[in-house]
Order: sequence, then C-alpha cells, then structure tokens
Amino acid sequence: MKPRQPRQAAWNEPIIMELGTPGERGVLLPEVEPEVAAIAGDVLGMLPDGVRRAAPPNLPEISQYSVLRHYVRLSQETMGNDVGVDMGKGTCTLKYSPKVQEHMARVPELTELHPLQAVETVQGLLQILYEFERMMKEISGMDRFSFQPGGGSQAIYANALIVRAYHESRGEFGPGKKDQVLTTIFSHPANAACPRTAGFEVVTLRPGPDGYPDLADVRRQVSERTAGLFITNPEDSGIFNPGIDDLVRVVKDAGGICVYDQANANGLLGITRAREAGFDLCHFNLHKTFSSPHGSGGPGSGASGATGELARYLPVPTVEYDAAGRRYWLNYDRPDSIGKVRQFHGAVQGVLRAYMWVLGLGAEGLKAVAETAVLNNNYLLKKMLEIRGVGIPYAHRRRIEQVRYSLRQLMDETGVSTHDVRARVTDFATHYWTSHHPFVVPEPATFEPTESSSKEDLDWYAAVIRQVCEEAYSEPDRVKTAPHQAPVHKVDASAFDDPDRWAMTWRAFLRKRGEPC
Amino acid sequence: MAAPRNSAHPYIPNSAPRVRQEMMRELDINSMEELFADIPDRLRLKRPLNLPGPLSELDLVRHVKRLLSQNRPCGDELLSFLGGGCWQHFVPAVCDEIAGRGEFLTAYTGDTYEDHGRWQALFEFASLLGELLNMEVVSTPTYDWGQAAATSMRMAGRATGRSEVLVPRHVSPERLAIFRTYLHPYMSVTLFDEEPSGQVCPASIEPLLAAETAAVYVENPSYLGVIQTSGGQIAHAAHNAGALFLVGADPSSLGVLAPPADYGADIVSGDLQPLGIHMNYGGGLAGFIATRDEPRLVMELPTRLVGIAGTGVEGEYGFGEVAFGRTSFIGREKGKEYVGTGTNLWGITAGVYLALMGPEGMRQLGEGIMQRTRYAMERLAAVPGLSILAQREPHFKEFVVCFNGTGASVAEVNAALLREGILGGRDLSADFPELGQSALYCATEVHRQADMDRLVEALRGAVGA
Repeated sequence: MKPRQPRQAAWNEPIIMELGTPGERGVLLPEVEPEVAAIAGDVLGMLPDGVRRAAPPNLPEISQYSVLRHYVRLSQETMGNDVGVDMGKGTCTLKYSPKVQEHMARVPELTELHPLQAVETVQGLLQILYEFERMMKEISGMDRFSFQPGGGSQAIYANALIVRAYHESRGEFGPGKKDQVLTTIFSHPANAACPRTAGFEVVTLRPGPDGYPDLADVRRQVSERTAGLFITNPEDSGIFNPGIDDLVRVVKDAGGICVYDQANANGLLGITRAREAGFDLCHFNLHKTFSSPHGSGGPGSGASGATGELARYLPVPTVEYDAAGRRYWLNYDRPDSIGKVRQFHGAVQGVLRAYMWVLGLGAEGLKAVAETAVLNNNYLLKKMLEIRGVGIPYAHRRRIEQVRYSLRQLMDETGVSTHDVRARVTDFATHYWTSHHPFVVPEPATFEPTESSSKEDLDWYAAVIRQVCEEAYSEPDRVKTAPHQAPVHKVDASAFDDPDRWAMTWRAFLRKRGEPC
Repeated sequence: MAAPRNSAHPYIPNSAPRVRQEMMRELDINSMEELFADIPDRLRLKRPLNLPGPLSELDLVRHVKRLLSQNRPCGDELLSFLGGGCWQHFVPAVCDEIAGRGEFLTAYTGDTYEDHGRWQALFEFASLLGELLNMEVVSTPTYDWGQAAATSMRMAGRATGRSEVLVPRHVSPERLAIFRTYLHPYMSVTLFDEEPSGQVCPASIEPLLAAETAAVYVENPSYLGVIQTSGGQIAHAAHNAGALFLVGADPSSLGVLAPPADYGADIVSGDLQPLGIHMNYGGGLAGFIATRDEPRLVMELPTRLVGIAGTGVEGEYGFGEVAFGRTSFIGREKGKEYVGTGTNLWGITAGVYLALMGPEGMRQLGEGIMQRTRYAMERLAAVPGLSILAQREPHFKEFVVCFNGTGASVAEVNAALLREGILGGRDLSADFPELGQSALYCATEVHRQADMDRLVEALRGAVGA
C-alpha cells in the first residue's frame, strides 16, 4: 500500500525586503516625556560628523499584520518536529518537546531575569540549576556540571579547554608535548574541530571490522603526545563499542583525558553511564536527549560534566548551596577554571525544560525512553532492510538508537543517489538526512527514531522510503528530478560557491543582479 | 505525588504494553534486554537511577511555578538598571508570537526543501541586519557577542597571518575572558588604555601597532557606554599597519549611530538580544558577525551562511549553504574553527523585530535611549556625592556612576536600593579597581521618567544625600 502523502505548505512568499510601503509602521514605541527631552537636550547634536548615522537604514516599512502573516507563512513552510515526522534526521535526536515545558519557559519569572541581578532575587532559578545538576550527575556518574555552553559543539569546545588546562597545569601542553587528541571518523565533526580550535593536533581513527576502532590500531596511534580522546559511543553508525572502557584505559595510561560526546544519549539513559566506562569528561545536549526544542538551530544548551579531579576547571560561575544559610549562590572564586565560554550562565530556558522533562519521566521513564528509542530504531531497521537497494555496513552488529544506512546497492542498480532520494522524500513532507562528511559509508542515510515515534510513524516512514526506492527502479527520473511538491522548485545551487554570484543578503543579491539597492 | 506506574507514558507512544508487545514480536525478542546485548555487563548500571518523579503534568506545573515564584523578574516591581551585556528592552508581541511558533521552535537543520521557510527567515534576518550594519555578509547567529567578537579576532588572525589583537582595557570582563581563552594558543590579546574620557585615542594606539598586530578591536558604544568618536582614525591607523579593524556594536544604537562599516570596520560583531529577545537570565544572548562581501574575509567565517538563488521559476527563490566547505561540518579539524547549533531562533526573532521597527522605529529607539540615558546621567550627577564618569562625552544606554564621594560602597548602595525594589547598576569595583566604587547603569526605552526619578530619589536616600 502506498503511504499517505501529505503536502507541505507553499506560500511563495516574497522576500521581506520587498514588502510594505514607505510610512507604514509595525510597532510604536513610547514617546520620551517632554521633561526628559528638555533635560537631555540635543543628544544627536552632540555627535560629531561621521558618528551620527548619515542616512536611515534601508529597512522595509511594514504594518504589523503584514509582518505577522509573512512570518507565520514562513513558519508553515518549516517542517518542525511539532508538525512533521522527522526520524529521518539522524544524529539530531528530534523528539517531542512537551508543551508544558514551553509554557513554563515563557513566564516573566524566567524571561525577565537579568543575569547580573542579585542572587537573592533568583533563588528559584538557582535551585532549578542546582537540582538539575544533581540529576545530571546521577544520570552520567560525573561529579560536577556546567550548563554554560550554548550548544553541543560549544560543550565539546569547553571540554577541550579543560583538557588543555589540565595539561597546561602540569607544564605539558605545547608542540611536541601533549599536543594530540584522538577522535573517530564516526564521531561528530566538532570532536575534531573543537580540539583543533583549542590548539591540538587531531588524529582520526578509522573504523575496524566492527564499525569502531580496533584496539590494536588505537594502541599504535597513542603516544606520549596523546592529550586526550574525544569520542561518541555509539558512534554515528549506531553500534555500541563494547570495548570502550579498554579504549579509554589505553588513552588514560598514556596520560590522556577521555571525553565522551553524549550529545545524543537517547539509547543509554539508565542503561550505561560515562562513569562506568571510565570517562573523565562528557557532555549532553539538552536540546537533543533532554527534549529542549532545537529552535531552528539554537539556542541549544550543552551540559559539560567532569569527574572530581577535573571539576575545578569547569567554567565560572558554578551554582552552590549554602545549607546553613539555606540559600543558593554563584561561585566565581574558582582560580583553576577555564573561565568563560559563553557570557553569564548559559541558555537557562533549556535547562528549565530539561529539568521538567526529567521530572515528568522519573527514573523509570528515562529508562523507558532509552528502551523505546532502541526498540523503535530496531523496528525501523527491520523494515528498512526489507527494502530493495537499502543495506547497512557492519551488518553483523546490533544497533542502539540510530542507524547509518547505505543506499549503495540502489545507486549501483538504478543510478539514483542518496541525494536524489533525499529530495524525493521531501515530497512527503518529511526529513531525510545523509551523513556528516566525509561519506565513509557509501550513499549514506542516517535515521534516528526517538521514543516519540509511534508505530504508525515508523510504518509510514518506512513505507515512504520503500516507495521512493521502488520508484528508483521503476521510474528513476521521477526521483532524480525531485522535489515535485516541495514549497519551491529545484534550487540552482551553482552560485553558492561562486564569490561573483553568491549573495547572503538581499542588498548583495540586488547588486550582483545589477539592480539598484 | 507520583503518576500511576505501569502504564504508558504520555511522551512515549510505544510504551503502551500492547504495541510494545507487537513490536517485540516483530523483532522476535522476548525482553527489552536483548536490544542491549552489545553493552557488556561490566558497563551496565545495575540499579535504577536515583531521580525524583515522575510527576503528572499538573503536579509538574505546581512544582515549577512554586520554584519560579521565588524569582523576582525585572519590571515595575523590581525596577532594573542593569546592563553590561544583557539589557531589558521592549519585546513586541509579534516577536514572541513568531519565536513561539512550533514549526520554528522545533525545527533543526532541515535542508532547503524541508525547511524552506526557516531558510528564508534566516536569509531575511541577514538581509535586515545587513541594512542596519551597511554590510553585505551577515552570518547565521552565533552563541553571543563574546563568541562573535572572538571569532572576528581569529578571522583577522587567519586573514593577516598575524597573532595579536589590541583591545581596550575597559571591555566587558566576561567578553575579555572569552577572547583570551578563545585566542590561546594561536593569538593573544594586548590591552591598551583609553583616554580618561573613555574615548579610544588613535595616537595612543599607533605606537602599539606592530608587525604581529592582526587587528584592533573597539566597541562602540564602549562597555562603559561612551560613544566612540574617532572610529575613522582608528580604522586608518589599523589599516596603515596592515591590521584589520574590528568593531563590536550594539544594534539598538544603529538607527542613530553610523554603522561601523561607514568608518572603516572590516568585521562587525555584537549581540542580537536587544532586538526583540527577552533576557532569560542571559539565555537570550545571540551573537552576530558581519563583514564585506570579499572572499578573503567570507572564507574565514566558521559559521553557516545562507545564500539566495533562483529556482528557474520567475519570482521564486530558494536557499542554500554558501561556501559550506569552509566549515568544520565538511572539513572537521581543517574547517574554520568549529560550528554547531547556534542561536537561529533568536536570529529569526531579531529579523521580525527589525521588520516591525523599520527605519523610523530604529531611529526613535536610538534617540530615545540616548535621551533617557542623558536624562538619568544629568539627574544623578546632581545628587550630592555622586558623579558620572566622562559626563560630557556622548553616551548610549550605559554610563558609570561613581560613589567615591559618598563614603558608601556600591555593594552597600545596591543593597539599599534592593530594599526599595530597585536593581542598581553592575558593581565595577572588583573588575576595574581604578574606578573606585563605581557602577555601570543602564537606561533603555523601557524606562519612564518616573522610573528614573524613583532611582534618583532612592539613591539620594541610599547615600544619605
């Protein structure tokens, strides 16, 4: 049976710069009181030439309703998790973000807090930060957390800074000393990029026959220069490395610090923890595993965790509780801290949501999340492998919460690529993601159904992939010329790498088209 | 109050026993344990997590409301004059409406056909901010101003092949901490002194410009609120020495202040939070980076860039990643710095804000803030014992109140103000001891005359004037 085929909204909205007419207003501001104006005097007249703006900015002038409708239409052309089935976006852990959390995140008692206001006026929030830290310590086995990082990559970066600070404190950071970190090609690119940004060389381990690095290979790559290991487990393949503790031990024996990227820990909650595998540092994405919404690409929230001996390096401030005085306070007096990765205290609205999510589930619920996510993933895997043209690498190994599939057979037999399939899947108003680069798995596709997917969702998504793959055999051009009912037709991507034609703003676009700005 | 056990959880459809059994049958497994057979026993957690909950939705709301009610939000009940990197501004309802749209809120990184509207909204954000900044390239938003400025410094380092950045001494300590950390070990920060007026003097920078100077970084308005009047000369000096000129700017000032590009800035950074985004205890911060449309600079950006293109259908546009090969998504450790989830929802929201405000709204906002700032400065300067640092210099939004003549510390003054329901300015005495007992005060369009008068009277009482 063919899958139900919804359609995305297609509004063909103009670019906002084309909307409105001179003189329209979107919102009014309060007038300055006459006495304020009189005492202030001619404030603009105080400004020397060249300091005052010479001409008003060329912003559009649009009435309020038109602005609202324009953006609501754009939102409708966006396949957020609230509307779409998005198990196709593997590694992203797109799950239901409970609405009750959103409602609480929008009250003035959170939104109207200034990060520098007196701690006695934010005791409720500090208690939430403190209690959520306790939850995260229990979930991971780490001893302290910071919620300052603004996303997963920034949390990896913060952890790279801790690795650096640790070695610097021992006089061992620098060229030829502890200057290398290991990561794997199936770990998120930030595990290579962040240590590099922090000043390390990066050694990338390739997968062995089971999809994860062979321990003998790791031993060969580890040396006195090894400063640390940055790794996910399961890696993007979805395969759990059962020898992870051995790998960690090899690196630690060489004096390295082991950092666990748990951005996506969805299949492991209550099952296994960073502590048991011997990791020194880890991080979680509160906008993935812990249900805070992804916000069209942020703000996210990264939770960096450290074991006892490394906790002193975490960013400032930490949240502390003074039991005698029964008050929460912020501790800036942490001389070994890496300092700041983000101003103030992080995206606390994400912390609030995650705190509510854990409370709403409890320990049993978290384990049910992990079990169901893995059940759903394995169910989808079974359905996928029934589809002609679809396979998986390392097929002898189980999968945890996601799978990197390979459509190589489809490509070989039909000439239809994973990119073609992706565009065609869009016609069903759903997502499909290939892989991070490089494409180690040929013609990759990475799917991750979370605990939020219903069986109906899983069956439907598998049926969509089945139909597209069958089309690849029966009418390949239909797939290759997709999308056919997306909000827009096929985009001419040829300008995006051409400095003479690329345009990242409307003004640049008009100039390059030879039109007046 | 625990929710009933052994039933399906509302967030987990397939926790319902019947469907779960059906799926397990399909997979030919008898227990969920079988799914985790690859995780060795020695790595398994053999006890339940020790966590509170589960709470029913109603109990969850009660619990969280009780906690949040212990916070005192900025507003009429708690009048705030805090700034210093996060500011209380008016947030139009339409900004909240769009930021709260479930489609935007819960989208992530869908490609151009999946998330066409998200791409367009991000392109529009860049286009709108580009008009305010008079620059053609605006990146997708980064974490915050501190990160954005730090990245502009690393960009300058790569573009010039040099390793030092000159930064004024009185910069935000939070941002400076980020700069130092982010530049190490490739680059370093050298601080220089501003004039007593708070102005950066080009002549005092010139001797510091060396063969290793990658950039001069200046904020306008400065951290202490002084509008810089020598931007053009600083740019000239930096450029003559082969360095770039980097400016950190407050976008809420740019309806009335010249955009930094007009006085020679090569890369501009700042925070979007003033543009329609609630403070959220700092969770509303979102950095921006803008530059000219020159490959030398564009190719050094680490962040995603949204480009516009045609679709072959007249009047229809599509979008895509510009020069995506720059990024660590493609290059891993060979990419420019690192990139990940930033603050796109706030970028979309800032775009909505600029579309609502238009040129007249931004002018009115900027001038109104300057008037209120000046009014507060004049009134406070008249309080015996108080003085305003660099009072005759033009200021935007923030200014320094010195309590050295009162015998009271800022901590004492702020404690007294808090008893009156007022949050006094950020205490500068620890960060900048040379300023003595001083505090950074902030006035925006949310402050009425009556609010500022209330502050003046409360301060009079606090310092016994």
